[in-house]
Amino acid sequence: MKFVEEFRDADLGQVLAGEILAAVDPERHYKLMEVCGGHTHSIYKYGVDDLLPDNVELVHGPGCPVCVIPMGRVDDGIAIAKADNVIFTCFGDMMRVPGSEQSLLEAKAEGADVRMVYSPLDALRLAKANPDRDVVFFALGFETTAPSTALTMKRAKAEGVSNFFCMCNHVTIVPPLRALLDSPDLRLDGFIGPGHVSTVVGARPFEFIPADYGKPIVISGFEPLDILQSVLMIINQLGAERCEVENQYTRVVPYEGNLRALEVMAEVFELRPHFEWRGLGFISQSALRLSDAYADLDAERRYETPGVRVADPKACQCGEVLKGVIKPWECKVFGTACTPEHAIGTCMVSPEGACAAYYNYGRFARDREVV
Amino acid sequence: MSEAVVSDREQRILEIIETTRSKRPKFKDSQVTMSHGAGGKATQTLIEGLFAPAFASESLDQMGDAGVVEIEGLRLALTTDSFVVKPIRFPGGSIGGLAVNGTVNDLAVAGARPAALSLSLILEEGLDAEELRAEVKAIAAAAEAAGVEVIAGDTKVVERGHADKMYVCTTGVGQLDPRAQLSTAAIKPGDKIIVSGSIGAHGTAIMLARGEFELDADIESDTCSLWPAADALLEAGGAGLRCMRDATRGGVATVLNELARASQVTMVVREAAVPVDAPVVGAAELLGIDPMYVANEGKLVAFVAPEQADGALAALRSVPGCEEAAEIGEVKTEPPGMVLVETAFGGRRVMDLLAGDPLPRIC
Repeated sequence: MKFVEEFRDADLGQVLAGEILAAVDPERHYKLMEVCGGHTHSIYKYGVDDLLPDNVELVHGPGCPVCVIPMGRVDDGIAIAKADNVIFTCFGDMMRVPGSEQSLLEAKAEGADVRMVYSPLDALRLAKANPDRDVVFFALGFETTAPSTALTMKRAKAEGVSNFFCMCNHVTIVPPLRALLDSPDLRLDGFIGPGHVSTVVGARPFEFIPADYGKPIVISGFEPLDILQSVLMIINQLGAERCEVENQYTRVVPYEGNLRALEVMAEVFELRPHFEWRGLGFISQSALRLSDAYADLDAERRYETPGVRVADPKACQCGEVLKGVIKPWECKVFGTACTPEHAIGTCMVSPEGACAAYYNYGRFARDREVV
Repeated sequence: MSEAVVSDREQRILEIIETTRSKRPKFKDSQVTMSHGAGGKATQTLIEGLFAPAFASESLDQMGDAGVVEIEGLRLALTTDSFVVKPIRFPGGSIGGLAVNGTVNDLAVAGARPAALSLSLILEEGLDAEELRAEVKAIAAAAEAAGVEVIAGDTKVVERGHADKMYVCTTGVGQLDPRAQLSTAAIKPGDKIIVSGSIGAHGTAIMLARGEFELDADIESDTCSLWPAADALLEAGGAGLRCMRDATRGGVATVLNELARASQVTMVVREAAVPVDAPVVGAAELLGIDPMYVANEGKLVAFVAPEQADGALAALRSVPGCEEAAEIGEVKTEPPGMVLVETAFGGRRVMDLLAGDPLPRIC
């Protein structure tokens, strides 16, 4: 497939692997965090880490939007889904995320009308096709998906669709990164920066990482060659004692971001004073809600929800996984009590979650021989 | 990861997980969800944890595509299947043809020449008679093409809203071919894994036919009878043909996982060797799915002893529709029960059963 296969070329991968091997200081251990769940998924899916030297360690970051949704929000969503006359819509992987009592998939089996959509526009279309029902869209994601929700809400308002509502769970990328960098238990050498978020926000918002924390960050694409090249760029920065924001994903990411997308987000959303992140706790100004101008379309203002903060199950260590403090397999319940089919934590549900990626793809010691 | 040298602790945890997974799953869910019908782990739990123990049959325990019953020396294969595909018509076929081919194929891969079918229809009140006529015609045409007779049937009608247009159930019977020495237990390390053509077309065609994505691609379902392919393999493979499976719901990945688990062997797949048509690759890429998990309705996976593999592959490729058949990997010993992929990029990963399928009612 053109424009895709070129970025998965095995021979070029070997070349880059050779360059990385030549660039690393064999005496040094490199701990790099890939911020984005999309990177985690690619790394496992293509076996990118098989091509890295032993002393380059990739740590998974908090950039999986499903993984950071706290249980209380899932419960709120289920409460809305069970309200009279509601068609509740969400992305597919959200359906299996456990709330305190059940998941949306289980609520559906009990009779709630929960439907999977691929985009907020699908949900709006559903609202227009069912004018006598309330259609609620469970919006989630970083700045990557927020503009499409914003545009959909704008369209709903412009077209006067009065039965379409949004439960907004959009989050922003910079505050959790800052929280992570402030946490004392994590030592990182650099970041593989989030490519798709950066198509919207640009590379500039990440300048605080080198400026305030002295760590290099390279905005990276999602194909295996992109990731290898980004690793090489970070290692070269470290080798040259440079520390800056570099953009590997120039074919998609403009340094200043997408101004039109940012404008429409600013019109439709406003920052929440604080938002709870699963495993990371409350982070100030880290999430979006609908602005007052869109209050009529806000499902949270229309429906009663429990709004209760639910503590994560005791055994669950998603927070430490999301912060990269522990590896998925180091979690006490990994692979035994918590599996993709019966997940306790969110990281085991989304294909972008570090635990799911490791369980589904990586669950094989790579130096173990196949005979 | 940098744990190229895997710590003992990680290794121990991986071993605990494998032990947990190798146990027969228990069905503990409080209700049935769509996952139970998706062909992945939840379905496996339902079958191995509820159905198989309740019926305690040796033939059922084989978990083959068809069961075997012996009546006075005559060995018959029996299989049954329900079809609830939505929409009922899609590029390359419709529910009627699918219902015939699906059952015919379950017999074929069990090594039985399909002989006769029963047909059971559940119709929704208000179904357009023209739609019903078209499906009856499709059933007759597919049966004729596959060389089977429809010899028994049943009809039920349910109130509007209690079914979705029509559901079709077919049961098929056939005599086991004397050349067939097939069983999961026969799969041995060293055997080659062969697929009968390019994969993923049926599931992708259905997804696109639902019109949920604004995506147009020239992809048709591959629904067809697999008996000619099975016949060619039985002839060329002889005793070297160990086992065949119809790669329907859950795709090739699911078949490999079921067999790796049943035979306690390892399957190693070379990703670059798996034939997938370009439009399917493109659609799967955009939808974020792996063609290895996408349903086929006219593709089989065969396990052939290394000495017979080349001959079997050549014979298969001479069957119309199987020109793209390919050897995609090999059976190994360690680690048992696992499917591994050598990625086209040069890495290696696990290819597991899916926990749930976001795309229900594909067949």
